[in-house]
Amino acid sequence: MNDAPIYLDNNATTACDPAVVSAMLPFFTEQFGNPSSMHSFGNKVGFALKEARAKVQALLGAEHDSEIVFTSCGTESDSTAILSALKAQPERNQIITTAVEHPAILTLCEYLEKEGYAITRLGVDKRGRLDMDEYKAALGPRTAIVSAMWANNESGTIFPVEQMAELAHAAGAQFHTDAVQAVGKIAIDLKKTKIDMLSLSGHKLHAPKGVGVLYLRRGTRYRPLLRGGHQERGRRAGTENAASIVGLGVACEQAQQQMAFENTAVKRLRDRLEAGILAQVPRCFPTGDVTNRLPNTSNIAFEFIEGEAILLLLNKAGIAASSGSACTSGSLEPSHVMRAMGIPYTAAHGTTRFSLSRYNTESEIDRVIAAVPPIIAQLRKISPYWGEKGPVEKPEDAFAPAYA
Amino acid sequence: MWDYSEKVREHFFNPRNAGLLDGANGVGDVGSIKCGDALRLMLKVDPDSEKIVEAGFQTFGCGSAIASSSALTEIIKGKTLDEALKVSNQDIADYLDGLPPEKMHCSVMGREALQAAVANYRGEVWKDDHEEGALICKCFAVDAVLIEEVVRVNSLTTVEQVAHFTKAGGGCASCHEGIEEILAKVSKEACTAPTAATKPTPASVAAAAPAAAPKLTNFQRIRKIEETVEAIRPMLQRDHGDIEIVEIDGKNIYVNLKGACVGCMMEAATLNGIQTKLVEALGEFVRLLPAAMLGKAQ
Repeated sequence: MNDAPIYLDNNATTACDPAVVSAMLPFFTEQFGNPSSMHSFGNKVGFALKEARAKVQALLGAEHDSEIVFTSCGTESDSTAILSALKAQPERNQIITTAVEHPAILTLCEYLEKEGYAITRLGVDKRGRLDMDEYKAALGPRTAIVSAMWANNESGTIFPVEQMAELAHAAGAQFHTDAVQAVGKIAIDLKKTKIDMLSLSGHKLHAPKGVGVLYLRRGTRYRPLLRGGHQERGRRAGTENAASIVGLGVACEQAQQQMAFENTAVKRLRDRLEAGILAQVPRCFPTGDVTNRLPNTSNIAFEFIEGEAILLLLNKAGIAASSGSACTSGSLEPSHVMRAMGIPYTAAHGTTRFSLSRYNTESEIDRVIAAVPPIIAQLRKISPYWGEKGPVEKPEDAFAPAYA
Repeated sequence: MWDYSEKVREHFFNPRNAGLLDGANGVGDVGSIKCGDALRLMLKVDPDSEKIVEAGFQTFGCGSAIASSSALTEIIKGKTLDEALKVSNQDIADYLDGLPPEKMHCSVMGREALQAAVANYRGEVWKDDHEEGALICKCFAVDAVLIEEVVRVNSLTTVEQVAHFTKAGGGCASCHEGIEEILAKVSKEACTAPTAATKPTPASVAAAAPAAAPKLTNFQRIRKIEETVEAIRPMLQRDHGDIEIVEIDGKNIYVNLKGACVGCMMEAATLNGIQTKLVEALGEFVRLLPAAMLGKAQ
């Protein structure tokens, strides 16, 4: 029996594709030139970047290659987009975002709130969906930018960003989407949308860490975050991370070729995994909008046990996943995404995310389906909220601590 | 991934005394499912000797919560209740070869469950006003609630003072933004609170909290400084270090760190800790400086 470790944490990061690595290697050695240089050393690298830019453009369906701005990561792209919208439209001081964004957006918004900006955080229902009427009501003449993620990193739930961008434009606001989870997993055709800015991160789609993209629609009013040299047409100064950009180009090309595979074969494995676990484990349920989510993501809430303990036991069984539990982040609150969806505390601490990639196999999924039920049973056996046959009656009353 | 010791891993993967304990006559419940940590400690106590014959636990929580519970039951088995009550959360952490700072609350919870279980056995009511906030200083495991309380009670206004009083921010300094936010929050409250008018807003710490302390003569003051430093020396010597007082000039006290303390990463933190002790002992604000600064500081 093969018991190599099984990687089901691809929403955290992905393995670099071997073709990506081999395309990058020359740029650490003979192709070391600065793409801005006039001589042949620089020139060759410059052409390689141009080629990579075209591949990113193709995957995103951008109209012009100059709409692709290379950055260092998704977080940089997010910060650039939001701060640019505020700088470029000083007469507008409101940001509309959602309660389930990545910290790259939420922490920045918290900071901007302290600086005096008005932040509107749209809530979600128990399936993680937005209320479009609430969104329409929030839009106004003071809205500088709307930032909503294309797909949620924890539950995989997809937001109607194309429709949201139309509405933002109608209100004269810019629209940004953090699409680091969506790019490469679902088809995107930006030229057919009103989206002004989009963030992507290389390491989520089998490119290396340390490279990202800000898509910037031609004509969108913009102020750079980093000023300096003329790189990226002055929109993001700093010498290009040439090797990683080349790698990202190859990764985008592959993602485009694998798009159908991702939405059929990978999706089927995900569904098989989820169904296999749900069929065997009592008192657990999938979170998010299961009818409208990323094809690779399954987030299952196991009631009355805690996520970090689940992860440690999974890890011992050679399975890598992640959790929305408070303990895995070092904070005392469980995931803000699960809380926004109103998942009760009895389940939120036990949410476990399995995120697949095109490298996962049928036999790996079978091993996970076999490994999970005993782990859950083992932890429930020592949980004060779980009795002989199931959860204790009214867990919050049965277990009455001196403080809560 | 947390940096868990082998001992923590071992107690998590093979917890001792897990599950319901039949015939338990002392049960302590602490934590809640909301916080993500809940522990039920069950004791079987021999009524004649008050010895803990058996101990069991049920825990809802992370790896270190389960390991801390397991360790606790192993530590207290065979002890009398009075002996068991002497077990501190640090004892639990030490038994496990240490816990990451973010996880120290797991050992605190263990100790609280023990107190609750003993109270339950004795027919007493155990009440704890325990409150825990977000962890601000990771070097010394100081949380927001504690910092806020200390800032409020002592009318602190600078990050430096917070470090003197709580140690928070005295290590790697990366939490200073968080401490500044707490200071700003408390100072804003103090400005808007209706009682602000009756409350003196001190210009310095010296005039604030410890102001009630009786004024010492110069001689008493020097003696006090000496006594305080002497009391700390054995601790430093245990780590193969030492300290000597070189000069006392107003609020500046100049010292030499010796032995292992020299060039130690925690030198600044050590000085901060000793300074806190001196501030407490003297009832006035003093600065502890390396002797090399003699004649340079204002």
